[in-house]
Amino acid sequence: MLTNEEVAQTLIQQFGETVSDFDDPYDLLTFSTSRDHIVEVVQYLRDHPVYQVGFLTDVTAVHYPDSVGKEFCVVYHMHSLTNNFRIRIKVYLQADDVHIPTIIPLFAGANWMERETFDLFGISFDGHPDLRRILNMEEMDYHPMRKQYPLEDETREDKIDALFGR
Amino acid sequence: MISEELDIAPKNVPGNDLPARNDNGPVQYVNELTTLNLGPTHPATHGIFQNILQMDGEKIVSSEQTIGYIHRAFEKIAERRPFYQITTLTDRMNYCSSPINNMGWHMTVEKLLGIDVPKRAQYIRVILMELARISDHLICNGILGVDAGAFTGFLYIYQERENIYDIYEEVCGARLTTNMGRIGGMERDLSPTAIRKIKELLVRFPKVLTEFENLFNRNRIFMDRVVNVGGISAERALSYGFTGPNLRAAGVDYDVRVMNPYSSYQDFEFDIPVGQSGDTYDRFMVRNGEMWQSLRIIEQALNNLPEGPYYADAPQYYLPPKQEVYKNMEALIYHFKIVMGEIDAPVGEVYHAVEGGNGELGFYLISDGGRTPYRLHFRRPCFIYYQAYPEMCKGLTLSDAIVIMSSMNVIAGELDA
Repeated sequence: MLTNEEVAQTLIQQFGETVSDFDDPYDLLTFSTSRDHIVEVVQYLRDHPVYQVGFLTDVTAVHYPDSVGKEFCVVYHMHSLTNNFRIRIKVYLQADDVHIPTIIPLFAGANWMERETFDLFGISFDGHPDLRRILNMEEMDYHPMRKQYPLEDETREDKIDALFGR
Repeated sequence: MISEELDIAPKNVPGNDLPARNDNGPVQYVNELTTLNLGPTHPATHGIFQNILQMDGEKIVSSEQTIGYIHRAFEKIAERRPFYQITTLTDRMNYCSSPINNMGWHMTVEKLLGIDVPKRAQYIRVILMELARISDHLICNGILGVDAGAFTGFLYIYQERENIYDIYEEVCGARLTTNMGRIGGMERDLSPTAIRKIKELLVRFPKVLTEFENLFNRNRIFMDRVVNVGGISAERALSYGFTGPNLRAAGVDYDVRVMNPYSSYQDFEFDIPVGQSGDTYDRFMVRNGEMWQSLRIIEQALNNLPEGPYYADAPQYYLPPKQEVYKNMEALIYHFKIVMGEIDAPVGEVYHAVEGGNGELGFYLISDGGRTPYRLHFRRPCFIYYQAYPEMCKGLTLSDAIVIMSSMNVIAGELDA
């Protein structure tokens, strides 16, 4: 049974400064890396002889408009089926520079997950062979999951956030 | 060459002044591909999604998928809804097994809030989730038969699906979009009628399933249609992110119920059926095997159903009974706070996965302490494995492509969310 501590130590030894912010919310090892190292880190975890984190569970993104310099966060969930060990990797991106390398060469299934992330958040994946919208129509000119697009009519006064919370 | 033989224009005949009839040489027969639209509203797609097939005669050369026809922006809507109102959104993802989605969502929120659900509620949830798995697999396998031209089996088992829906109705009042359970437990206990109906199902259903298997499992015509059709290797399946019966058909015994047991699945004894080649026949057989295992689990859960409360002692999160609200001050306060979404959700991020009808159904929830999720992402198994479809049907015929799609169990609601 792998422990979060053990994997975190190995990653720090291997990658040093480029991996950071280790945490384990609800027992799921979470850490951040940079855009330049994400492919390297994912490949290392996938090909590690012991960890064998060989299953890409999910790719998605989160928008934090208020955190300057870290407006977008791309989140990868990976799973080692042999060790039953899950891991979450985050990459923070700046609002004026939202692109990240694709991991399709490592996991074929990343294709649509990255397309969905592009569609909903406008994060472009460098090297993606077919980066088109997938859920929304091609003609759409914005990325709807960004926080600046409100779901409801902002002129409504019966559901204002001041009274009811967000 | 036929074209040369047909080219009867006189050529280079001395004394003939006429030019050759065809100056460009013999007629060229270009190898043209036919474009065929499979969908969006094709009877065999069982949902609204499109495949543009390039056909060379009977063979599929390539296929391009278009999805998103029923995209309803659930992830965006969820950012404006209190936690308990999101349950209704999860119903509409895999609508063939909505209780699994509901329970998965409740468990995600319970994990975030740190609620321990009593054993009785966990067992009731297991019973309902396994019933949902049976109805999901019944539809998939029944319709696979229909798409291969065998309508009879479908009719035999559809009655049982109706009976499962009757049980849902008894438990929660709805049949398809169930909105079953609450954060913190169940909304009501299993009624004696519901228990009687489940027991009746446990007696009746094995006979129906046996009959269904007798019709299909060794049926020569059916096997000719599905054996070695649309196979995928375990490596490719893992690379594509397959989960659930489709991955197990390829020979990987990954099941969330066993690997990360939730809702007391560790208390029950059951097997994981696996296939070998990952072809359509294996997917069919794995689903059949899983229905038998689900029956085993339901039987164990019903026989060992613990006594005790069916909801957690967490009044700030679990809606109080309505009659209490009318006469009890605390209940009224909690009712008001919960309905208005004024619960104190902790700041944090949770990933919780359940074994849905199609595979690992994951909920990635980020809470910033507000009344709604800051971000909610659904890991929808269909969406992830459907992208392997062009690879699986390449070089096969259109009729093969239809049964492959059926056996993958692509549910449009889950595909598009």
